[in-house]
Amino acid sequence: MFARLVYESFRRQGRRKLLAGVAITLGVAVATAMIAVATDIGDKINRELRSYGANLIVTPQEDTLDVEIGGVNLKPASDGAFLNEDDLPRIRGTFWHHNIVGFSPMLPVNVKVGEGAGALDATLVGTYFNKLLHFGKDDFTTGVTITHPWWKVQGAWPDDEMSNVLLGERLAAKLDKRAGDTIEVSGRQLNVAGILSTGAAEDDQIVAPLSLAQSILGKPGAVRRIYVSALTKPQDALAAKDPKTMTPEVYDRWYCSPYVQSIAYQLQEAIPHSHAEQIRQVAQNEGTVLSRIKGLMLLVTFAALFASALAVSAAMATAIFERRREVGLMKALGAGNVAVAAVFFTEALLLALLGGVTGFIAGSLLARQIGLSIFDSQISIEPVVFPIILAIAVIVTFAGSAAAIRKAVKFDPVFALRGEA
Amino acid sequence: MSSVANLSSPQDVARRRAKGTHVAMFVRMLVRAAALRRGRAASALLAMVVAAAVATAMMNLYVDVQAKLRTEFRNYGANVVVMAKDGQALPADALTRVESTLGPQTLAVPFSYVVARTPKGQSVVVVGTDFGRARQLNHWWNVSHWPAASGEALVGMKADSALGLDRQPFELSFQGRTLPLQAAGLLQTGAGEDSRIFIDQAAFTQWTGVSPSTIEIAVAGSAEEVERGMKELVSALPTADVRPIRQIVEGEANVLTKTRKTLYASALLIVLTASLCVLATLIGWVFDRRRDFAIMKALGASEGLVNAFFAAEAAVLGVVGAALGFLIGIGVAAWIGRVNFHAPVVPRFSVFPYVLAGSVAVALISAVLPIALLRRVQPAIILRGE
Repeated sequence: MFARLVYESFRRQGRRKLLAGVAITLGVAVATAMIAVATDIGDKINRELRSYGANLIVTPQEDTLDVEIGGVNLKPASDGAFLNEDDLPRIRGTFWHHNIVGFSPMLPVNVKVGEGAGALDATLVGTYFNKLLHFGKDDFTTGVTITHPWWKVQGAWPDDEMSNVLLGERLAAKLDKRAGDTIEVSGRQLNVAGILSTGAAEDDQIVAPLSLAQSILGKPGAVRRIYVSALTKPQDALAAKDPKTMTPEVYDRWYCSPYVQSIAYQLQEAIPHSHAEQIRQVAQNEGTVLSRIKGLMLLVTFAALFASALAVSAAMATAIFERRREVGLMKALGAGNVAVAAVFFTEALLLALLGGVTGFIAGSLLARQIGLSIFDSQISIEPVVFPIILAIAVIVTFAGSAAAIRKAVKFDPVFALRGEA
Repeated sequence: MSSVANLSSPQDVARRRAKGTHVAMFVRMLVRAAALRRGRAASALLAMVVAAAVATAMMNLYVDVQAKLRTEFRNYGANVVVMAKDGQALPADALTRVESTLGPQTLAVPFSYVVARTPKGQSVVVVGTDFGRARQLNHWWNVSHWPAASGEALVGMKADSALGLDRQPFELSFQGRTLPLQAAGLLQTGAGEDSRIFIDQAAFTQWTGVSPSTIEIAVAGSAEEVERGMKELVSALPTADVRPIRQIVEGEANVLTKTRKTLYASALLIVLTASLCVLATLIGWVFDRRRDFAIMKALGASEGLVNAFFAAEAAVLGVVGAALGFLIGIGVAAWIGRVNFHAPVVPRFSVFPYVLAGSVAVALISAVLPIALLRRVQPAIILRGE
């Protein structure tokens, strides 16, 4: 009889049930989408923050002093220590290699641009543009197109394997050269693939493939410094500790957290005779920006959960309020308060489960759409969220119905049946 | 003009009176309807208030968060740099010109560079700057102790170890003139600054005769404001190069755009859900009053009058709900601002018209929708309780 009551109620009052069901579905969908976005926003914004460029720099351990003003190196570039290019792919083998978005080596060389007496002193920087590297069975590409996303090129990016270069825009204006022209650099004829604009020192420089810079310098395999762009975790008390003074347990926890310090430590381990350090301008600020945006989205998610809980409650209350006559009839026929409430709660439970499942699916699609349209990447939903969402849907539906059910049950059946509700 | 009133015909007076009673009756019905069903009216109003509050808070946040985030982004330092053109110096009053162009809240830091030698013959880049300004602009500089007295220098980490200063007094020479210095503290940035020595601008100019060649500026505001600021700088300093620091400008634009879009999508979803809540509650409320509707019709009220009555009721609900909700929403936004950004979100009263219009529109829709359904039903059927 109980099952039949519930079944008939769904069959005969389909439209009303549909209204409540739609409200639950929408509420759950919004809640799911917002939870998914809020849990994933940290990772997404972290990736966006990589547009500020590298946050780590690796230099030789016994580095000599740079004497450089405005991108012009005033010291013979063959001085000092170098890193070995062959060690670079090892960065791929560090513990946090999944967090390393990219890296680019740099080798500045002092060169003369032009012929004869009119030759200018300039700096040529060798680097990777978009170089294919191998580590074990792993093939990957890296270079300045990843670590320096604000570099803009008019013309084409040079090929890493050829003798073509990028000319900084200020230097290009001085030399009156355009993309496609050739320039003479220290006795070599080089093709200008494109004009580079960075808003920094590179505007006065020539940027070339690393192998070209090495052969001009006469030091094959030499690298002066490496810029590494890594996804890091915001700083906390543990991050700033000195690994040498840690207990083994704390050390493991520190080593296995993607702090900028622990990634620097691992880079130092991977590349012999190197010193890795955070670039404080980038590394120190991204933590605050990240935590602000995460905090904001968390609070907004609470607002969304609150709004959808209210919407579900309101819909349920309305649906039950309209059915006082039924309650009157049931009670007149001898049903107790518990029996009546049980019927309503069962209906609410069914609605919550149905609405919860459809809402979860709709919310996942919504989150996916938000991810694709804003961040150009998918927002994935943890399967753990599903039972939580379902539980929240049931609880909210029950809570929303409870007050209305209590009122409906208390109502005198005589008044309800006489239509004096 | 009482003479005009006296001259008017009795019909006019009757018409005016009849109209007066209508209005009074109309108001009475509105007030009594709310007073008699306090519970239902209150729950409808509550839904309205909550929806308006959430909408207000989201709109306020959406507008203000960008400004809040921009101040966070200014911690990344300068976004515009003014440099002397090749072989020229910046005008002597360049710094004051920059400040008068962009306003006093702009942070501009002068830098001047020379290569000096240590007694052992090592070359090192020495930078003259204004320490007070540099400290404000470059929050990320890790400085053990800022120089206070003249003759004190800030020494980069790498410069310190390469020159073997070891916190002892040292001398630097430039074109035959020597300057005795004492390291006040060490500087660590992870970038080029680490291999340089910083001294006070006045002492620097006195020693070398070189005036600032670079001014780094943090221009506050949106991308357009920065763009405008740069144009003004170009006309104020025609002999200098004014350039955006693209790394900072584009990084900021990128993160800000993404955050704004996410916030916009969330705000849209939340406002939609809140409107749904209002819709559900109000439809229930109006349905619940179908007996009033039937009685009014049975007593001879025209369709228009009944519609006007329910619409007016909904409009009042919308206005009251919007006003209360707006106040609460501003409070919520301010609270979120304080919790997350440690600075309250400034109330935007310009948001109010939108909240008001939205609330009234949703209320009207949810009142008119059920009436359209009820219109098909004969009053007699409703009154019979079927």
